[in-house]
Amino acid sequence: MSLRHTALDALHRSLGATMTDFAGWDMPLRYGSEREEHLAVRNRAGLFDLSHMGEITVSGPQAGAMLDHALVGFISALGVLRARYTMICREDGGILDDLIVYRTAEDEYMVVANASNAQVVLDALTERAEGFDAVVRDDRDAYALIAVQGPEANGILASVTDADLPGLKYYALLPATVAGRQVWLARTGYTGEDGFEVFCAPADAEHLWQALTEAGTGAGLVPCGLSCRDTLRLEAGMPLYGHELSTDLTPFDAGLGRVVRFDKTTNDGAFVGRKALEQAAAEAESNPPRKLVGLVSEGKRVPRAEYDVVDADGTVIGRITSGTPSPTLGRPIAIAYLDAAHAEPGTAVAVDVRGKHEPVEVVALPFYKRAR
Amino acid sequence: MSNPKHLQYTKEHEWLTAAEDGVSTVGITAHAADALGDIVYVQLPEVGDTVTAGETCGELESTKSVSDLYSPATGEIVEVNQAVIDDNSLVNSAPFEGGWLFKVRVEATDELLDADAYTAFIGG
Repeated sequence: MSLRHTALDALHRSLGATMTDFAGWDMPLRYGSEREEHLAVRNRAGLFDLSHMGEITVSGPQAGAMLDHALVGFISALGVLRARYTMICREDGGILDDLIVYRTAEDEYMVVANASNAQVVLDALTERAEGFDAVVRDDRDAYALIAVQGPEANGILASVTDADLPGLKYYALLPATVAGRQVWLARTGYTGEDGFEVFCAPADAEHLWQALTEAGTGAGLVPCGLSCRDTLRLEAGMPLYGHELSTDLTPFDAGLGRVVRFDKTTNDGAFVGRKALEQAAAEAESNPPRKLVGLVSEGKRVPRAEYDVVDADGTVIGRITSGTPSPTLGRPIAIAYLDAAHAEPGTAVAVDVRGKHEPVEVVALPFYKRAR
Repeated sequence: MSNPKHLQYTKEHEWLTAAEDGVSTVGITAHAADALGDIVYVQLPEVGDTVTAGETCGELESTKSVSDLYSPATGEIVEVNQAVIDDNSLVNSAPFEGGWLFKVRVEATDELLDADAYTAFIGG
């Protein structure tokens, strides 16, 4: 199968990006040093092409009620121009994907799915819309998505838009004009920094990328690839589908039970997966099997996804879901599912790094929190 | 980036110098360093170890992956580059110079490529 290309593909190549296959998309992995890109986002600003994310529009008089039925969140309770992190689960409670839902109008929502799950989410929403007065539209090709992230993001964006940025709260969005182009401007980052996402027409993507690049040059903005996006989100303790989240786990297993809203008032409180999730909630309360924790390594070797976590006797007590050298902490960090008995912060455990047990310490997530 | 003419190369992307008093210096090429990305951990053989041409003798770990380091020569390790162990980024910033990895008393080598052949091999 041939790879899909974003509207910014030619630009990435002109910038000398190292490209990688990500969920069927040919995406920039890094432009130069991924470490420098990471630190640019922490200290200044970074520019990301996220056009591989999957946008799905749900509209109609019962759009909110339909999403309350299809997703675990209380979507119809969301204010217009607000956003929410939520999940779509199977009947058995397994996570199909984690999502951000933006309410773009009284009777319209934009659901943003991970690239790898966009088709699955589209199919599930289409099926679950049956019987509701709501229309599910595949808008994957209607949008390109550019993110500006970092402490300088606000100033950079302010120089190319008249939009009310101080009035744009975290997890909110606005219709706005940026560098002369009509966009949806959202404040929903995935890096642990302040930042913005610009949903635009693919035909406008290059113009906007260039305008933001020029606006950010003095502030030290650099183009950033998926490699540093992953290390940034890992430091911020944010889950990634396929690593921390999967169909084998419920939101409660992932420590994200708060996204499941049993208090919905639409559809008599019924939603796909409710029964299984009620069970999962009770089990997480009384007898949690494993917990999602952070690990910080004392050495230099990196605990990576799929590596076993072991106790002093070498007994396997968990498994790494994501691991990386942390540019901000200067040490390797990892996220792992760990038996509840060992999950207390401060506990000394070890990771089996290709046969050698490297000592690590259990810590609370996230590893990094920006000063506000 | 060009591959220095005075070095010899392996298809596993190591370079080594012509032996001086029987000793060659070994590193990885700029092409390999670039493909790996930022190196964050370097595990090298120790002085006195015997390494074998074509076999693994260490590890190079980058942000995203772990790669085996293959020895281009058979022989005894006479020196390792402490500067690289202390500052892994030398492998990225100066792969053919300050980022060298170890020195080996060469008894035999794998099949080696000259700079032109290696450049052609990596599609340059």
